[in-house]
Amino acid sequence: MLNFTEKTKQSFNIVADHLLALLKKDEAANVNLHAEESLFVRFNANKVRQNTHVEQRSLTLTLQKDGKTANINFSITGEVDEDKKRVEFWLDQARQECALLPEDPYQVAIVNNGTSDSTFKGSLLKDEEVIKAITTPATGADFAGLYCAGPIISANKNSAGQSHWFATENFFVDYSLYMGEKAVKSIYAGTHWDQKEFEANIAQSKNQLSLMDRPKKVLQPGAYRTYLAPGAVAELASMFSWGALSFNAYKQGGSALMKLADKEKSLSPLFSVRENYAMGLTHRYNSLGELAPETLKLISNGQLDSYVISSRSAKEYGVEGNAGDSYEGPRAMEILPGSLKKDDILKELGTGLYLSNLHYLNWSDRLNARITGMTRYACFWVENGEIVAPIADLRFDESLFDCLGENLLAVTDFQEVDPMVSTYESRALGGKKVPGMLIKDFKFTL
Amino acid sequence: MDLQRTLHTLKGSADWVSLRHVTEKTTYRMVRDEKPDRNVISFDQGVMVEVLVEGHFGFSGTSDLSSSGIKRALDKAILMAKAASSHKVHNFSVDQRPIAKGTYKSPVVKPLDSFSAKEISDIFVDATRAMKVSDKIVSRSATAMIVETHFHTVTSSGSDFEQSFSIVNTDFSATAAAGGETQSRSDSGGLARCLQVGAEVFDRASILERSKKLAEEAVELLSADNCPDTSMDLLLAPDQMTLQVHESIGHPLEYDRILGDERNYAGWSFVKPEDFGHLQYGSKLMNVTFDPTIEDALASYAFDDSGHPATKEFLIHNGLLVRGLGGLESQSRLNLPGVANSRSSSWNRAPIDRMANINLEPGTSKLEDMIASVERGVFMLANKSWSIDDYRNKFQFGCEYAKLIENGKLTKTVKNPNYRGTTVKFWNNLKAVSETRETFGSPYCGKGEPNQVIRVGHTTPYCLFADVEVFGA
Repeated sequence: MLNFTEKTKQSFNIVADHLLALLKKDEAANVNLHAEESLFVRFNANKVRQNTHVEQRSLTLTLQKDGKTANINFSITGEVDEDKKRVEFWLDQARQECALLPEDPYQVAIVNNGTSDSTFKGSLLKDEEVIKAITTPATGADFAGLYCAGPIISANKNSAGQSHWFATENFFVDYSLYMGEKAVKSIYAGTHWDQKEFEANIAQSKNQLSLMDRPKKVLQPGAYRTYLAPGAVAELASMFSWGALSFNAYKQGGSALMKLADKEKSLSPLFSVRENYAMGLTHRYNSLGELAPETLKLISNGQLDSYVISSRSAKEYGVEGNAGDSYEGPRAMEILPGSLKKDDILKELGTGLYLSNLHYLNWSDRLNARITGMTRYACFWVENGEIVAPIADLRFDESLFDCLGENLLAVTDFQEVDPMVSTYESRALGGKKVPGMLIKDFKFTL
Repeated sequence: MDLQRTLHTLKGSADWVSLRHVTEKTTYRMVRDEKPDRNVISFDQGVMVEVLVEGHFGFSGTSDLSSSGIKRALDKAILMAKAASSHKVHNFSVDQRPIAKGTYKSPVVKPLDSFSAKEISDIFVDATRAMKVSDKIVSRSATAMIVETHFHTVTSSGSDFEQSFSIVNTDFSATAAAGGETQSRSDSGGLARCLQVGAEVFDRASILERSKKLAEEAVELLSADNCPDTSMDLLLAPDQMTLQVHESIGHPLEYDRILGDERNYAGWSFVKPEDFGHLQYGSKLMNVTFDPTIEDALASYAFDDSGHPATKEFLIHNGLLVRGLGGLESQSRLNLPGVANSRSSSWNRAPIDRMANINLEPGTSKLEDMIASVERGVFMLANKSWSIDDYRNKFQFGCEYAKLIENGKLTKTVKNPNYRGTTVKFWNNLKAVSETRETFGSPYCGKGEPNQVIRVGHTTPYCLFADVEVFGA
């Protein structure tokens, strides 16, 4: 009997080919598949709050006809006969859309960008083993979070003969341990569940939590010498996906790095960002099936190398694209490491704040790349290189041009992977790899 | 699909079974600078099978609507519910799934399918053209998200209820740039203008008038001074109050946050169970309701996903916290009264506590009298930035547009207006509430593990707050 991935591959190939064979001479089409079989188990107080199993498949059809573009996304079942009927129905709807829509001047022609086929088989817990495997090592802790696991599939075919297939089986446990209101956070993620590794991860979190067992220190707003651990840097880096590195946003006045692009401002020579698909966190092809370069320099030593540019933007603005997807955010972001050694972090921090995580970031002044947000989880006051006490939450309001500019003192020589744990509508692929950072005069306001 | 027949064909060892069939068609229309930018139709369909086994609810969703697909989902739900029952957070019963029968439909004057893609596109092209008020305008866009969704639930205990929603979210936006400055205005904040309505919302004259005005305001902001950095009176328009209510009242009152379910993701709450009936959340002018009965509000409905009938309830009465936002499961866990707000985003997610329509009841003040009462203050409109801590206490919000109030009069326009504060202190500084209200909302309230985006509505008056820290860029 075929498993979910095998069955989906077989049915997708038949159904997508059926759709493409129905096209008329003056039509071109691109088809994307998302499919997943997921188990979600939500925990609170080391008990199960909710468990949900989800099996879902959907196709996204882009039809081009007479210079017009229609996009239709629809659910499919994995059963070939039913899905053939559905693609016939939605192809007809797409044709009706094209007839009604105006011409699309920035339409990107459908061409053959090549072929790829990758399937990564994992070793996951059996569904009925999950709860015991997680709650047993967490015994005695106030454990809250989400276990998520199963196969995820992304595939693409188009009428020019292009074909991509990417399937992986992975899991994550995104969790926090609590001591009253104080908490530490961790993620255990991968493709092969190792019970001993998970137990070690929990044990490390319990150990970190014990550091919190001191009265909280309440700090006044002001500028503090601050170490951002990789978890906090990952939160800060996620703002680069909010239009900051989008070429389209730059041209339309919405990029927070506009002043960097226009060379009115610069960032620190210690700060470099690139796309790096060699990390293996997601596939290289975008929704058009275009292959991104394996690495792409975005910011090097504080200067902007390139925005992320989709082929649509490239056509609109007459520049060369770099296989950015339509939202033009990084998909495999890496912030390059520096020279600060792990053992030297507290000594180099001296007196100041050690922040393990940040929360709820937003632009407070986009033009000046100013971000507000909160400290969260294991955050400490450090004096003379020694952790003194956990801190009461603080709100920061800080420009990237300051904290990643002249105030960036050092970048760690190690990086950590921050896997994508987004599950809105469907499970996402990807993640980023980031170091820690030591910053002078990080500004707190409340 | 014949849901009742499907339910009767299912066999399994559950104490109770529910099937929730959801179809949702979402149509995006976007025009930028008079050219088509995004035209996407999304049609999602699936069934959530829910079971009660040994005091634990289990869920399994599938887009395979064949009888074998739904049976497979039932078997998965039972398997995992059994596995979890010895580690369940609470011993639930079928009492948390009352028998519900009935239907709900959004009020619609003009059906959505009476307006074609071409007609919408033509109006939107004209709207972006109307925004071309100056060479300083660098980007103009018109967007609509049109949603038709249908929920149908049947249960082994006899529930059979259907709800159909017709929703239109629109946004019109212009960005102006000159001399190193960039400013944007939207139509009351990105997609805040969202209602349960029909195609009557595509009123060409109103859209063109609003589009032109917001483009003019974007240009006006380019030469405006920054909002001053000081503490002063703050008057907020309903399109910013929407966000203020959402973040600092709605989320902290959700019982699943108070219970700690949401701690690992969006956070906890400063509100404790013992605060209900005791905490003076705001001034006596503050009256807040959970109200699913507002006719065109985004989160109006007859039943929540558990089948609980939705009724208007006071959450905060004369500033006193009296009730929280929890469905029947949370009410059972906390032994506190709640509301009908156990909601899921679609067929592929389990219901959780959601705020739905959270409204500030009107006061008795006239807006002009509120302005006249201010010696030195600032009037802010339309949200553009939001951030609040995981206990929903320390917040910082930014708006698109503001005017100073000096000696009882609106005076000069200021740009980059922001304000910050802490929840209870801020609401206790509420010193006037207008007699008129406006309805806005958001189609994008994110919460839950696994994540869910859901629709919320907020109907609010203009509100005046004393002594708020405000600042510019």
